[in-house]
Amino acid sequence: MKRRVAITGVGAVTPLGVGAETLIDRWMAGESGIEDGEGRCSSYEPTDFLSRKEARRADRFTQLALTASAEALTHAGFNGEKPVAAERTACVIGTGIGGIGTIEREHLVLEHEGAGKVSPLAIPLLMANAASGSVAMKNDLRGQCYGVVSACAAGAHAIGAGVRMIQYGDADACVAGGAEAAITELATAAFGRMAALSQTGVSRPFDARRDGFVMGEGAGALVLEDEEAARERGAEILGVITGYGATADAHHLTAPDPHGAGAIRAIDAALQDAGLEPAAIDWVNAHGTSTPLNDRAESEAIETAFGAHASDIPVSSLKSSIGHLLGAAGAVEAVATVLALRRGVAPPTVGWEEHEEGLDLDYVPDIGRTLTTRNGAPLRAISNSFGFGGHNAVLCLEAT
Amino acid sequence: MPDTITRDQIEARMSEALVEFGADAEQIQPDAKFEALDVDSLDLVELAQIVEEEYGVQMTGEDMKTLTTVGSAVDFVEKRLS
Repeated sequence: MKRRVAITGVGAVTPLGVGAETLIDRWMAGESGIEDGEGRCSSYEPTDFLSRKEARRADRFTQLALTASAEALTHAGFNGEKPVAAERTACVIGTGIGGIGTIEREHLVLEHEGAGKVSPLAIPLLMANAASGSVAMKNDLRGQCYGVVSACAAGAHAIGAGVRMIQYGDADACVAGGAEAAITELATAAFGRMAALSQTGVSRPFDARRDGFVMGEGAGALVLEDEEAARERGAEILGVITGYGATADAHHLTAPDPHGAGAIRAIDAALQDAGLEPAAIDWVNAHGTSTPLNDRAESEAIETAFGAHASDIPVSSLKSSIGHLLGAAGAVEAVATVLALRRGVAPPTVGWEEHEEGLDLDYVPDIGRTLTTRNGAPLRAISNSFGFGGHNAVLCLEAT
Repeated sequence: MPDTITRDQIEARMSEALVEFGADAEQIQPDAKFEALDVDSLDLVELAQIVEEEYGVQMTGEDMKTLTTVGSAVDFVEKRLS
């Protein structure tokens, strides 16, 4: 009998501000954290949450991960005497590129001042595992610990890894999440050259006028625990991750399979893992990047996976509010998903106005949609994350 | 490059660096132990880089092992400058 994996704490730092509650409050209100075509965490000051030394020993992506995971761990009651042994607590943090800010800065130092001036801290800061290692160090987490790399699916994959670890019995708890701070000169220029970034600086997933994604930065973290043990210790159960499905498109380095074949299989796998029929899902938290390709392919995938039920399910994209957080997206979106389910609302796809031929789902324009439970069942959602390279990860969540 | 670098100057520069690494400025005394200041091996590597760059004095890994206090590090640099 599979162990059920509960969420006992959530944390986030996003363009909407610091904190998971801030994220859901403002998304529900239809606000946007995008300014001048970018989703920066402009209200985030690392030294408000980290000592100067800690902040110095961390690239921005790690700083964001430390702050988000601190919030999640506090929420789960892991401050002071830990409810789960350190050796039984894992830590998996996904990222797209890790410490790219450090890479770019130190490369300039190398070019302009020579190898002798490159910082001894360069490698520890830029390595993509720095977030998971640092979170483990700061919180004394001694179970399995590693980073996950799968572009825009990394955050979701990290959560999936944590779920499987607990289900298998390799861990009793896991801090799982994603972090990204790639709004840097090179990364921005490079994404721009791919015609993947919005030229208008507007994130409008599923809208006919969408023209690319808006870059965002931030981090999301969840504390996952064996549900039974969590209940026994009196933890607050925020929700349960009931299913996880992951596939590869094997199609193209950047474009998704046009009919979403890989995505459909991932949705099917997540539902099967959860033991649910498509009709049991109340809401889809879409990948919804605002690119012409993803949104069309994803819409088709949802239609195919959900069949007749597709037109009944509200489909929202958090990226409409905060932009695309790349490796952090899957984790931030999982945090937002469980909080939205707890509030019984499908938040809006901010700015959706124009219908595109063939994209016929309910994208929840303007204001959030109340979700009604059927016969007292928990509210259920899936959260999609599809990464460049054809990496698909879908989580199935529920909350009461 | 100044003609003579005084011990005071070395001490000041070192304190500045240690504070940047996160040490509490008030606790930086000649007999203060690096460990007590939360200055670790990575910080010492950075300190060595500064010392080499600004004083032309090399501090190897072996050297760093013997330097456990602020004063011993200042002594080290002063000695090699004279």
